[in-house]
Amino acid sequence: MLKGIFIILLYLFIGEVAGYFTGGFMPGSVFGMIFLFISLKTGIVNADHVRKVATVLTKNMTMFFVPASIGLMASWDIISGNWFAIVLITLLSSLSVILSVALIQQKMESSNKKIKQNETDII
Amino acid sequence: MKQILFENTPFMLTLVTGSYLFGVWVYKRSKIALLHPCLICMIIIISFLTFMDIPYESFKEGSKLIDFMLGPSVVALGLLLYDQLDHVKGNIISIITSVATGAFIGVLSVIVIGKLFNLEDMMIVSLEPKSVTTPIAVSLSAIHGGIPALTAVTVVICGISGAALGPKILSLCGIKSPIAVGLSLGAASHGLGTARAMEIGAIEGAIGGLSIGIMGIMTSIAIPLVNYLMKLI
Repeated sequence: MLKGIFIILLYLFIGEVAGYFTGGFMPGSVFGMIFLFISLKTGIVNADHVRKVATVLTKNMTMFFVPASIGLMASWDIISGNWFAIVLITLLSSLSVILSVALIQQKMESSNKKIKQNETDII
Repeated sequence: MKQILFENTPFMLTLVTGSYLFGVWVYKRSKIALLHPCLICMIIIISFLTFMDIPYESFKEGSKLIDFMLGPSVVALGLLLYDQLDHVKGNIISIITSVATGAFIGVLSVIVIGKLFNLEDMMIVSLEPKSVTTPIAVSLSAIHGGIPALTAVTVVICGISGAALGPKILSLCGIKSPIAVGLSLGAASHGLGTARAMEIGAIEGAIGGLSIGIMGIMTSIAIPLVNYLMKLI
């Protein structure tokens, strides 16, 4: 358990350092996630050492952003005048994301299958 | 008296964990997508603080520990990515292409519609990371000069709307591929979309989890890039 906590904190720290040196282009935690993923894949980190801690963290993720969402209280004055635009933009943009991802993925998948089929036909 | 009783770390941590647990209980009992644990938790805490006239600053100070946990939980997603990579062999190129396109369309559409509504730049920046899982979205918003609290709210809107309506919209548009369903739900509605995808099927759920991670990375890249390109125009 402690080993897992140490590894996660270490990767967060390394990620923060990487974030600092790349001029805040990506959050340190995202760098940490990528580094941890690469380390797991290459065997530098044993998945069993982090599994327990990582599961607790990802399962309760929703709670960790409660403090940030309460910040709404402090910035309500700025938001209140624009709430309709904010909700509409969020919904429209979200719709465009879900449709573009699903359509491109399905299209590419089926053309992939066709190519594979052609290959087996030739063989 | 009030300060000694409520404006301290143990109380604030108890308040957050307690109201969150209550939110989860209500959500599971009611099975209404709109009664999301986070939403319930927000309502309880904000009403309590307003009623007791406790300033936001003392809440922020007292709940710092939970706020810090965002970072480690994003790092932990690395394990999720690692676990689910076996499900996607042979589809890696299409998955990365579609999620990358989705990330760029997501950021671009916010900027375009935002400009149409004459929204302030600070708000547009706050809306840009809305499709990403909250810990990443909040830090992206903070880095690029947005309002993290507003970002957190839009993330919740994306999550709830996608989880509730997403599957219906997808089937109306003729999407049948399990990978496409999981991927799009995870990309547009992060954890909530993934939870919904898990109800549809195991592949959908696993791909949804993977999609959260890729969408986080792609959006982190898309925001500075799209903003840079927009400045050139």
